[in-house]
Amino acid sequence: MTRIFGVLGLVLVLYGALFASHDKAGEVGNLIDVANYQGQYGIITLGAALIIITGGIDLSIGSVVACGAVLFGVLMNRGVHPYLAVPVVVLFGACVGLVNGLLITRLRLQSFLVTLCGMFIFRGVARLLGDTVSMSRVAQAHPEFDGALRNIRYLLVGKSPTDGELLFPAQFVLLLVLAAVVGFFLHRTAYGRYWYAIGHSELAAKYAGVNVDRHRVVVYVACSSLAALVGVLLFLNSPSVQSDNAGLGWELYAILGAVLGGCSLKGGEGTAVGMVLGAMVLPIIESIVNFRGDKSDVIPAVVGVTLLIGTVVDELIRRRSRVHR
Amino acid sequence: MPTPRLAITSARKQFPGVLALDGVSLTLAPGEVLAVVGENGAGKSTLMKIVAGVYTPDAGEVLLNGELIRFPGPAEAIAAGVTLIHQELNLAENLTVTDNLFLGRELTRGGVLRTLDRRAMSERAVALLARVGLSEDRANVRVEGLPPGEKQLVEIARALGTQVRVLIMDEPTSSLTQKETEQLYKVIDALKADDVSVLYISHRLAEVKRVADRVTVLRDGKNAGELAKTEITHDNMVRLMVGRDLKQFYPKVHRTGTGGAAVLSVRDVRYARGPETPASFEVRAGEILGMAGLVGAGRTELSEAVFGVRALVAGGLLLNNESLRVRSPRDAINAGILLVPEDRRLHGLVLPESVGFNLSLPNLDRLTSLFGVKRRGEADLHSTWISRLRVKTPSAAQPVGLLSGGNQQKVVYGKWLARGPKVLILDEPTRGVDVGAKAEIYALIDELAGKGVAVWMITSDMEELLGMSDRVVVMHEGRVAGELAGTKLTEENVMRLATGGWNAEGEKG
Repeated sequence: MTRIFGVLGLVLVLYGALFASHDKAGEVGNLIDVANYQGQYGIITLGAALIIITGGIDLSIGSVVACGAVLFGVLMNRGVHPYLAVPVVVLFGACVGLVNGLLITRLRLQSFLVTLCGMFIFRGVARLLGDTVSMSRVAQAHPEFDGALRNIRYLLVGKSPTDGELLFPAQFVLLLVLAAVVGFFLHRTAYGRYWYAIGHSELAAKYAGVNVDRHRVVVYVACSSLAALVGVLLFLNSPSVQSDNAGLGWELYAILGAVLGGCSLKGGEGTAVGMVLGAMVLPIIESIVNFRGDKSDVIPAVVGVTLLIGTVVDELIRRRSRVHR
Repeated sequence: MPTPRLAITSARKQFPGVLALDGVSLTLAPGEVLAVVGENGAGKSTLMKIVAGVYTPDAGEVLLNGELIRFPGPAEAIAAGVTLIHQELNLAENLTVTDNLFLGRELTRGGVLRTLDRRAMSERAVALLARVGLSEDRANVRVEGLPPGEKQLVEIARALGTQVRVLIMDEPTSSLTQKETEQLYKVIDALKADDVSVLYISHRLAEVKRVADRVTVLRDGKNAGELAKTEITHDNMVRLMVGRDLKQFYPKVHRTGTGGAAVLSVRDVRYARGPETPASFEVRAGEILGMAGLVGAGRTELSEAVFGVRALVAGGLLLNNESLRVRSPRDAINAGILLVPEDRRLHGLVLPESVGFNLSLPNLDRLTSLFGVKRRGEADLHSTWISRLRVKTPSAAQPVGLLSGGNQQKVVYGKWLARGPKVLILDEPTRGVDVGAKAEIYALIDELAGKGVAVWMITSDMEELLGMSDRVVVMHEGRVAGELAGTKLTEENVMRLATGGWNAEGEKG
């Protein structure tokens, strides 16, 4: 519980810093923009966090996002209707997760290694599928898809069907809906209990009759499906998507969001609310840097320093509370 | 009489909840092999660890060559010539034999860089290996590639490299073949000739007879007696190891007698990486079947095979005379076969989670509706079992790892009793449990058996075994060595079977 207040405090402080950084930073348009990115990162954070809770890790998230985005564009270029392409892309993600999960459980490979390989493999697959995809190209090739595509964009990203202006933070809404579903499973069902038990003590879970392997596979399938879905969002939200840099490094953003939100890399800890709050941190920092007029080159350094400070403060608080007990 | 190499007088060592050593004394002459024998928990290992500087005694003296010593740690003991070879060997498997022989005291050419003097080390390594009968081509082999017997010899060679005067060997032959054991005896004979004194701990009484000059027997942390070379016989040792009166601690109120029909039949079972000999026995309704055996006799492994943790490779199980396939703990649990494991902190409980979490974990399938886990049902389950088993906890939300051993154990019982067992497998049911909680657990087990549950109780605690069991199966080195009940169920007979001696009918077991 203290963990959630900690990250909530961090988010509030960062919003304060954002408002103070520039007159225009507090405008509704910018806040919606930030919220949209929070949604995008938040959805992969949910997936990464589920895996981290069971004691695993997924480094292939960013590449699966890229694959999802490019696959979505390529499918529509080849004449697959947008309404069909969305579920196909998510299904592709599920298959990736299934393969990851089976390699990790059946062959007893380490999740770090399997998904590190996946990171390279799916980046390569994305490049093989195509260099650049975009909504305008799809509209050129298949004008009949334009209307459906604009509707999906309005629904999932919040951009106006007519002029493409950002109307509301649809991605954040989507994050909240998905977080509610994840939270239900995590905190209200037997599945969540099993995931926590596996993360804390795989052996104790096994001796209590939990089908450890099956549950491990389930979380990998969930994570990669969410990553592929974010690929769709990325496609809809961007003028164009390049296969060699789309989603690059996002697995680390997702892992950071999860850890900020209270997941322990040792497994067994984390809450759905914490995941959402943890994922909100990074886009605020990016926006502050942009408004201060600093070169965007400094973003990685600022992000790193902020997170390091957060980690140190968190550890100090934790040590103090341990002494007091 | 010359000054003994080693003399211990009135050593005492208290652990939380147990008095491991209660005034033990022994002497060891130069070049002598003294065997220390006793039941599980008699205090052998504690005594050895005190000599080797792993533990410091609470009271009593240790004299080495007539000088009072108190080692701050194993490193000082080794420097003084006292080396303990653990049952689980302490070699760095990924390094070569030579590297291991000099680990921590590498020969260097000196200087700040401490560059290794490989030539000097390999020359000395060859000499050390020769003394334990290993050929010089072993020097550069990685330890992981050696058979267990040779690893043991490498440990001895390492001790020889430190000018060892007292060598302590804890169950040195437990993973050795007959041939490797013979080689070990030869090395021990050579050590004796070199005036090294050996403390030899073993469960295998036949070996003790072969190797020891003298035997000291421990019982309940006290000296139980001593045997000179000519007096060392299997019967003499067993007589000293056993023999004490059982307290009126063990209830037999709810059980009617010998039990009813067989509930679980284990038929010619062999499991993956287990012993060659198949195991067969049965557990009947309403009885407590005790399973005895020395540490490493394969009892826990057998129970894990029945519970679906280890894969069966031959034989099968019958539950109420119907064939039962168990491929995972889930299968066993669904069939009503429940296991209270030996290591509750590793296998029995998710320690960082709450009492309630652990009570619910295997029962969630019965507590779930369309809207997730039923909170009311869960709270009922928690309060029912916390109060019925008198678990001392501030609330169901308390992390289970913060409870005492006895209360942790009660939580393990609670999670299974909530399911209603047909067969309850108890592996060391009261290990690390204080006396008060022990009595409560015994009353509970008696009550369960009285209600018709088939209880299979694995225990290394002789009092518990004799006090609680209606019938006892004894295992020795992975096989069922015999079955005892009624008047034949005595401590002598159990120990005889467990140590590979003659069984109650006077036939070779």
